Amino acid sequence: MRLVVVGASLAGLRAAQAARAAGFEGKLTVVGDESHLPYTRPPLSKELLCGVQTPEQCALPHGSLDVQWRLGAAATGLDRAAHQVLLADGERIGYDRLVIATGCRARTWPGPELEGVVTLRDLDDALALRASLTSGARLLIVGAGFIGCEVAASARKRDVEVTVVDIAGQPMLPLGAELGARCARLHEEHGVDLRLGTGVSRLDLPQVELTDGTKLEADVVLMALGAIPNTEWLRDSGLELNPGVVCDATLTTTADPDVLAAGDLVSWPHPLARGELVRVEHWTVAAEHGQLAGRNALLARAERMPHDPPPYFWSDQYDVKIQAVGFPTAAERLEILELSPDGDRLVAVGAQDGQLVGVIAFNAAKRLAWYRRQLAGGPARMDQIRELVTADAGALGPPPVEVAG
Amino acid sequence: MKVHVDMNLCQSHGECVLVAPDVFDLGDDDVLVWQEDVPDDRRADMEAAVNACPMLAISIEE
Repeated sequence: MRLVVVGASLAGLRAAQAARAAGFEGKLTVVGDESHLPYTRPPLSKELLCGVQTPEQCALPHGSLDVQWRLGAAATGLDRAAHQVLLADGERIGYDRLVIATGCRARTWPGPELEGVVTLRDLDDALALRASLTSGARLLIVGAGFIGCEVAASARKRDVEVTVVDIAGQPMLPLGAELGARCARLHEEHGVDLRLGTGVSRLDLPQVELTDGTKLEADVVLMALGAIPNTEWLRDSGLELNPGVVCDATLTTTADPDVLAAGDLVSWPHPLARGELVRVEHWTVAAEHGQLAGRNALLARAERMPHDPPPYFWSDQYDVKIQAVGFPTAAERLEILELSPDGDRLVAVGAQDGQLVGVIAFNAAKRLAWYRRQLAGGPARMDQIRELVTADAGALGPPPVEVAG
Repeated sequence: MKVHVDMNLCQSHGECVLVAPDVFDLGDDDVLVWQEDVPDDRRADMEAAVNACPMLAISIEE
């Protein structure tokens, strides 16, 4: 059997490793459009940007993995009838089973490319951005999501002047209003000029004009506008795209049992989201997906296992570690259930119809791990969680009771 | 085998705790504690822990 993995980042590497670990002895090819061997991306907006981690330290170890690497080779098409992946240089690679793991790319600013206006997705982006973030440089970040906020924190450590603009009324939208306001305070306390509820109307560096009429100057502009799945190469493949690659719970594409997918681009039904299709762009999901898809690809369809762990993600900003599990954005509202006496550590929970669906923690890793275990065992009733937390001596403490009037 | 965690890299994500709660744990201060000597029949679990760590902080020494 020939197994081909398209995408040489975390999900692709884990798929290849899992196939070998499961005893696959056939030909294994991993195709990647970047020239680099697989590396881990979370440090790109944090440790690498701050200069405390080198590119070499971002390399994902793959030991003695028996793989044929086809790097610097973008896939341009998939011919399912012929069981072949088409590469930009004209080569066709035959497969018996295929794992698609081409991930996402950064959403760019509409219009022509402008010098000094950049995005952050891969290692080369990060090294270029780092080189421009010298002390006293003026950085404008458009978008106050994960990447925008993490880069803001990293840039402040390098004594860069940072302005963050977002059309939303708060940073870190998935955290909800209350925790979002905490994030806003955090960035302002660290000297970030945070401009919410406003967008960019004109870019002519160093001149920038905001939609509220404000004029400011910037040397570098980072567009942190989210990510788009890299699925254009599959447009004529006949696979179901939404624009992610639509799969069943076992990460098998809905159109073809010989084709599976893993990582940021997968749209699959998740039990914690009531079986609705979700697409999740988190490190741990890519790792879990890759591992599962690599194993499942070797099996007959009926023997394949589903991916059902609650998604976990994190963000580091200054001295705050934000961690979350499940689908906090699906909750009817987020409620702080635990708060340390000094107010610096907390756990917020979100429920849907009385069931716990998502948890967010600030500087509370052990607590978050506890909630993660509760979510891993299937649906957890919110009233039960509340009782368990109240009785738990290890909990951070109850939030202050609001007195009416 | 010996399990090594680089505590300069560890950020207490707790992935390893999920994989092998009898070997890894988070203390009340959120700092990772772990058992360094692990029987060889746990190799698959330890390799899973190595792969699960987002900070690439775990390694196995023979």
